[in-house]
Amino acid sequence: MNHRAPFEWIAAIRFLKEGRMQTIFIVTAVAIGVAVIVFMSAMLSSLEANFLKRVLTSQPHIQLVPPDEVARPLRRYPSGDVVATIYQRPAQRIRSLDQWQAVTRQLAQWPEIVTISPVVSASGLAIKGAASRSIALLGIDPAVYFKIVRLPDYIVAGQARLLADDIVIGTDLAKDLGVALGDKIIVRAGTGASVVLTISGLFDLGNKGANERSTYVSLRTGQALSGLAGGVSTIDITVEDIYAAEDVAQAIQAATGIEADSWIKTNAQFFSAIAAQSNSNTLIRVFVALSIAFGIASVLVVSVIQRSKDIGILRAVGTTQGQILRIFLLQGGLLGFLGAIVGAGVGAGALVLWHGYLRRPDGSELFPLVLEPSLLVIALVLAAVTGVAAAAVPALRAAKLDPVVAIRG
Amino acid sequence: MDEPDVLRLVDLCKSYNVCTPVETEVLHNINLTLRRGEFVALIGPSGSGKSTLLNIIGLLDRPTKGALFINGREVSRLDDAAITKLRGHSIGFVFQYHYLISAYTALENVMMPMLVDQEFPNDQMRVRAAHLLAEVGLTQWQDNLANNMSGGQQQRVAIARALAINPVLILADEPTGNLDTASANGVFEMMRAMNRANGTTFLLVTHNMDLARRCDRIVEVIDGRISAQPAAA
Ligand SMILES: Nc1ncnc2c1ncn2[C@@H]1O[C@H](COP(=O)(O)OP(=O)(O)OP(=O)(O)O)[C@@H](O)[C@H]1O
Ligand SMILES: [Mg+2]
Repeated sequence: MNHRAPFEWIAAIRFLKEGRMQTIFIVTAVAIGVAVIVFMSAMLSSLEANFLKRVLTSQPHIQLVPPDEVARPLRRYPSGDVVATIYQRPAQRIRSLDQWQAVTRQLAQWPEIVTISPVVSASGLAIKGAASRSIALLGIDPAVYFKIVRLPDYIVAGQARLLADDIVIGTDLAKDLGVALGDKIIVRAGTGASVVLTISGLFDLGNKGANERSTYVSLRTGQALSGLAGGVSTIDITVEDIYAAEDVAQAIQAATGIEADSWIKTNAQFFSAIAAQSNSNTLIRVFVALSIAFGIASVLVVSVIQRSKDIGILRAVGTTQGQILRIFLLQGGLLGFLGAIVGAGVGAGALVLWHGYLRRPDGSELFPLVLEPSLLVIALVLAAVTGVAAAAVPALRAAKLDPVVAIRG
Repeated sequence: MDEPDVLRLVDLCKSYNVCTPVETEVLHNINLTLRRGEFVALIGPSGSGKSTLLNIIGLLDRPTKGALFINGREVSRLDDAAITKLRGHSIGFVFQYHYLISAYTALENVMMPMLVDQEFPNDQMRVRAAHLLAEVGLTQWQDNLANNMSGGQQQRVAIARALAINPVLILADEPTGNLDTASANGVFEMMRAMNRANGTTFLLVTHNMDLARRCDRIVEVIDGRISAQPAAA
């Protein structure tokens, strides 16, 4: 339209500058609101990201498990007499998944599935001389399993190699048994089978319990120890879209008849907590935005009254109603925007401080800091839009002001 | 005469509270003509309708009846956008109180009508405003915020501002009413000088008969009627 610095912008900025106290107060109010929103939203995404990171690097998205063994008590004689009303859940033996190789081949065709990893699990004892510790044994195929759980990332000595007589154990177990890389230990499974295995790698998962109990052996060794020759106890699966895991799990169950648990179902509690949190977060955002809007509107209503003489003079020298309208809309937008800049800075700063303050005893971060620039940009844009919207009523009043009345003052 | 009169009012009436039980006509059949370059005083008792008349002439208010010609063009039925534009281009105002916009410097106040007028050439605004401020003797004040200046100085800035877009008509509603005698004299002389130098037409409301007598012509309004148009001394 024209190349000069737009008259409306300059007027809006001048008016805000001149009403310094009002401007500072309302910008502070907006800033507090925006800071709270930024801080809360970033916290929530940090929590979620932290959880997802854990899921994505240490858990299968879907796990196929053998059916529970159920008791089938004879409850009635044909005569109708009830003979047994109490029955016990039978002890769950380690059992193989039926037809697991066929199932694996079938699922390998599914485009939404990324990794399929058969796993044998068993419990047993690790023995070195007089020392023994109870352990959980996972028999895995490293080629696929390490795509799900990135064990090699946590290896602190040796390597995540799993030949037939290799075992990879945690640092704490090694300490308890008094063994080092390359040492041999006896592993005796609950079935009574026992083998001598060589420690090929030590890992540190950052969790004492896991470092003490988790051990990894090759799938074949695991099968031998658990007595499931040729069988597997679970099939771990990762999928393309982690949020579709539950749908895929249901499809698998429908297609194969095998129970499939998705990480979403397993962690239902976490998800409902996150959902509740983001609902209340949304509510808080709406109410903060509303109070910001009313704050800006009330400041501008007063400003229109205070400036009615200025408005009169501006109208007298040829300022159109549209220009007056824009001057006040811009003031609203600028107040929102300025407040949001300050608020986003304060919110982000507080988050960084807090993140630095909350650390584990070893100094590592408790949760990853997720501060997406898009959050800040959205906060700025929304605050500016809120400001403009809030200014609508006062700006219309200013534009409709009768210049004669305005000049008379 | 080839050149149209700057202003012509024909049977102009103004009522307040139209179509209500308290409807009152405050201007009755006003007929008035201002020729180019005239310097005219508008006098009359308080409440006689001087400000009302000035606001209508200045296109800030609308007549209830009658016709209003500016430079020969009937303008009383134009829509608000057109009226605003015409006002910005053809009329300059000097008010009694609240002379300037306090958020702007003296120079910027003078530039205001040019800033508002989106068509005014960018590079000429500042030069012209500085020139006008020099003419009213305020060059050294040009970067001061308006409310740091005395009443007389502010009114001189307002005169410079009224001249900024080189209007055909400057309307001044008691421009000296709020000033001490010496300042009032200075402001009046300044306007008279501008009128003589640029040929700008002035219509000046005043209660000060000394000043009125130094105008080309005096128009007296009594009870919403023009009572007499005695020639000035
Ligand atoms: N908005 C309005 N509604 C009703 N009556 C009004 C309004 N504005 C002015 N009047 C009346 O119109 C009449 C003329 O008022 P106006 O202000 O034009 O007088 P004036 O000659 O300028 O007086 P003064 O010398 O005191 O400035 C007065 O009786 C006033 O009460
Ligand atoms: Mg008056």
